Amino acid sequence: MTTIRAKGGWIIAISFFTAFLLTGVPFWGDLNYFRPDWVAMVLIYWCMALPHRIGLGTAWLIGLLLDVARGALLGQHALALVVVAYLTLQTYQRVRAAPPWQQSFSVLIFLLVEQILVFWISGVIGYPPRDGWYLAPAVGGMVLWPLLFVILRDARRYFQVM
Amino acid sequence: MAAIEPSSRIRYLFAIKPAAVLRLGLWVALSIAMMTVDHRYHALDGLRDVLSTAAYPLHVLMQLPTDTRSWLSENLAGRTTLLEENARLREKQVFLNVQLQKLTILEAENRRLRSLLESAVNTPGRVLIAELLAVDFDPYRHHILLNRGRKHGISVGQPVLDQHGVIGQIVHADPLTSTAILITDPNHALPIQLNRTGLRTLARGTGNFQELDLPHIPNNEDVKVGDLLVTSGLGGRFPRGYPVGTVTKVEFDPGSPFARIIAKPIAQLDRIREVMLLESEPTASTVDAAPVDPTPKP
Repeated sequence: MTTIRAKGGWIIAISFFTAFLLTGVPFWGDLNYFRPDWVAMVLIYWCMALPHRIGLGTAWLIGLLLDVARGALLGQHALALVVVAYLTLQTYQRVRAAPPWQQSFSVLIFLLVEQILVFWISGVIGYPPRDGWYLAPAVGGMVLWPLLFVILRDARRYFQVM
Repeated sequence: MAAIEPSSRIRYLFAIKPAAVLRLGLWVALSIAMMTVDHRYHALDGLRDVLSTAAYPLHVLMQLPTDTRSWLSENLAGRTTLLEENARLREKQVFLNVQLQKLTILEAENRRLRSLLESAVNTPGRVLIAELLAVDFDPYRHHILLNRGRKHGISVGQPVLDQHGVIGQIVHADPLTSTAILITDPNHALPIQLNRTGLRTLARGTGNFQELDLPHIPNNEDVKVGDLLVTSGLGGRFPRGYPVGTVTKVEFDPGSPFARIIAKPIAQLDRIREVMLLESEPTASTVDAAPVDPTPKP
């Protein structure tokens, strides 16, 4: 590895695409409350793994796409994901070194920030959350993080994404 | 090459540029500006159109896992189950046909009586069938995405129904898709009437698919559990007389001026697959406008 060249961008694209697909898949029964924000989780992973490549600009564009896909206000998820990307980029050196189950606590914080931002904006435009359940997806994200991390890490190593 | 390596390592370590906060601020400011423009002035509808057209294949794909599941459950159903279902549906069709015969007579009679009274007949307009692309954008906003858009003649404000009753109305019409707000959305209120007594009121969404809230009904009104709610046609969005829900709970609290009344929507809002869109027609019974009678006077 003498030079750093952007490689395997299509793996990143596919992972985001899959995350968008999963966004539309409901979970069983009451577990649906815990359905995590897949796109935000994939974004956190790539920000952590390739911080020189995936940054605020990518986060913003992905967020804008998510806004259109979820029918939200244009800019709502864009803002939340930019903040998530920023937090990840600020802390990735510490978080990346920890084992996946410990990482998931940091991921919980990032996802909580994201949920709070999204619902804060929803509240401003007249859709205040009904109860505390709106924070549940962050918990779901925390639980599923190790799984997602291992899958994406193996994919990154196998296809040598850098 | 050896000289490049440490510096590139360093670049890995310090990927955050010094002006990170500034850049964060810029992106956040851009997002806030976009949201303001989108919310206040609806100036980004063009951009949303472009993006939503680009996202259309994505929506179709997003629905793919759910579609596959229902396809599998349909195709893997046993023969006996299918035969049973077939028999049940046939029975139901006979039953409905009998009812329909009565209905045509009643409809003709109704039209004759209405023409005697010189009031406009509200015949149903053109009906368009649309399929659901996605339901749960957000658990707190009851919006659904439909696979018909402006190109198919859908406009904002069009009423949406299913085979049981009223579902909601269109709030966004993109070129290929449209978004409908459900009657259970906390920001939706529907002008209704109690079928039994004719009492007019509003049905507000609660954010729960099984509940509608009927506010501002005085304690001494005659409302019973099981009463049918139908659209009243006031407000001019929904045609008159479509079923909305049934009253499930009536609580009279002597301390408060209004009764607490909860109704359950008739349409199964959490398991919709196909919906009907009614051509919006100017209903004759708007709040205080004089009725416009299209039929020639005798």
